[in-house]
Amino acid sequence: MKRVYAREEVCAGCKLCEVYCATAHSEYPNSILKAFLKQETRPIARILVEVDQPLSFALQCRHCEEANCTQACITGAMTKNPETGIVTNDESRCVGCWTCVLVCPYGAIKRDETGHKVASKCDLCSNNDTNPICVEKCPNNALIFAEISRGGE
Amino acid sequence: MKYLVIGNSAAGIGTIEGIRQVDPEGSIMLISDEPYHTYSRPLISYYLAGKVKPEKMYYREPDFYEKLNVNLRLGVKVEEIHPDEKTVSLSTGEIVKYETLMLATGGKPIIPEMPGLQFKGVFSFLKWDDVKDIEANINKYNKIVIIGAGLIGLKAAEAMVGLEVKVTVVELANRVLSAILDEEAAEIVQRTLEDKGVEFSLNNTVKEIQGSGDKVSGVLLQDNTELECDAVIIAIGVSPNKDLATEAGLAVNRGIVVDDYLRTNYPDIYAAGDVSEGYDILYKQRRVLPILPNAYRQGYTAGHNMAGQEERYHGGFGMNAISFFGLPMITAGIIKPDSSEFTEMIERDSTKRNYRKIVLRDNKLVGFIALNEVDRAGILTGLMEKEIDINTFKDKLLYKDFGYAHLPKEYRQEQLLGVIKL
Ligand SMILES: Cc1cc2nc3c(=O)[nH]c(=O)nc-3n(C[C@H](O)[C@H](O)[C@H](O)COP(=O)(O)OP(=O)(O)OC[C@H]3O[C@@H](n4cnc5c(N)ncnc54)[C@H](O)[C@@H]3O)c2cc1C
Repeated sequence: MKRVYAREEVCAGCKLCEVYCATAHSEYPNSILKAFLKQETRPIARILVEVDQPLSFALQCRHCEEANCTQACITGAMTKNPETGIVTNDESRCVGCWTCVLVCPYGAIKRDETGHKVASKCDLCSNNDTNPICVEKCPNNALIFAEISRGGE
Repeated sequence: MKYLVIGNSAAGIGTIEGIRQVDPEGSIMLISDEPYHTYSRPLISYYLAGKVKPEKMYYREPDFYEKLNVNLRLGVKVEEIHPDEKTVSLSTGEIVKYETLMLATGGKPIIPEMPGLQFKGVFSFLKWDDVKDIEANINKYNKIVIIGAGLIGLKAAEAMVGLEVKVTVVELANRVLSAILDEEAAEIVQRTLEDKGVEFSLNNTVKEIQGSGDKVSGVLLQDNTELECDAVIIAIGVSPNKDLATEAGLAVNRGIVVDDYLRTNYPDIYAAGDVSEGYDILYKQRRVLPILPNAYRQGYTAGHNMAGQEERYHGGFGMNAISFFGLPMITAGIIKPDSSEFTEMIERDSTKRNYRKIVLRDNKLVGFIALNEVDRAGILTGLMEKEIDINTFKDKLLYKDFGYAHLPKEYRQEQLLGVIKL
């Protein structure tokens, strides 16, 4: 499947991907201003930029083939779509126990405690076709959306 | 039946999903003595507290069995296994033939011998029916004693507090959650529960349950104090439900003994989950690991093997993510080592109830406790699972923002570029 990959050598660490991701998953997906000003709770990005100067890169759910989070989920809320390969969390069934946080080796699942506690993660903007918003908006092309076989090429 | 699975919980469901990934056709029968569509056992305390509605208790979608073409027999108990004939006998009197059999029979509550167990108001806390029994008379309970301050006991305590029942927890160990926390972390958790009104009696246990008429009226503790109460929950632990296997002559120890492929000593009989005794990669010995992720993964791998693959289960270790009254904790592996082979590193901020401990052995991470600040703890779990040498970044493990940026470049790129199964 196509996944988002970071090119750490060109990442400027600007964190725009976080801003756009949070906005796209907010109540005002088309307006950064409204998302951050009007939404009662602060929108949460499902992508995370790691920085250890001068190194920086963005990281989000890897949508693993055999995903630890779906296997370990105690409620059955975390599932991998057999057609698209996208791993998503059914927030209505999630109780925020954080077992997925315990088992995700990438540290890619966030805790959303703004309302009913739920695990929050990348959904590839819910399709596996067009570029997710983080890739689309990265000013440096430090994120690519591509199919790379195991180990990279 | 090509495949017969006993037990309709995490390990049984994992087995079915594993089988179907390899074999879409072979006939599967699933038998469970519980009458419900597969449900999430850990949610029973949430159900009791009214936080999860019955329709959200289910571990898989309503059409799960239909979709995977499973012949489902609920409310039926398997009474005997005849490994030589490859049959099982059911409580209905039927005999069912199998080609491969999965024992995913889980655990049963450990109930210590003591006078008074017959009184009304004595419960265990393992099944949906257990909490339905508690719920049935919940208005009559003002004060409850919970025996055991493990995960299940404290989850029960949290639910009862939410229902405005006064709770006392009696625990034989010197601290709460002794299997997953050290003294310092346990004390923070205990204080959090005490702030919500839970009382504790540690280094103590219940000697006798007292009754008046046919109902519970109190308990007598080992130190001879008496506590009044109108219900008792026994939550001192779970022991593998292995009687079927024992009687059939399978190799059992504390649990049913399985090899790296989840096979018992009979090549066509498998076992997985809380009933099995698999390999713990940290303790380097066979152990029962009664946690859901282990149950599912063992079942899933066994399912592949039952359908003809040869897949090794490389072992597991203890790991838990759990919260009480909004205080989250994630712990894994060896958290309180008792020999000089191990070194510990600790970071604390007691004003915030934060506590983090790392346990190392031979330059490998073998355990950690993360209390309150739990974000990205899975990176640590991953380092443990893959037995990564941490020598070059040891001093960074306790960084607040510890992540892939601090790991060696080759490891980072291999991990982030490839999508590799642990
Ligand atoms: C209150 C509570 C909270 C928990 N919280 C967590 C948590 O947060 N995280 C975590 O990792 N784990 C947690 N656990 C543990 C977790 O639920 C178990 O590890 C998991 O359910 C084990 O799955 P299993 O399939 O091996 O067995 P079980 O869930 O025990 O299921 C076995 C099934 O087999 C059936 N069965 C047994 N014998 C027969 C027979 N002869 N015939 C027919 N049917 C039979 C049983 O009735 C049962 O339905 C919790 C457990 C409890 C009780």
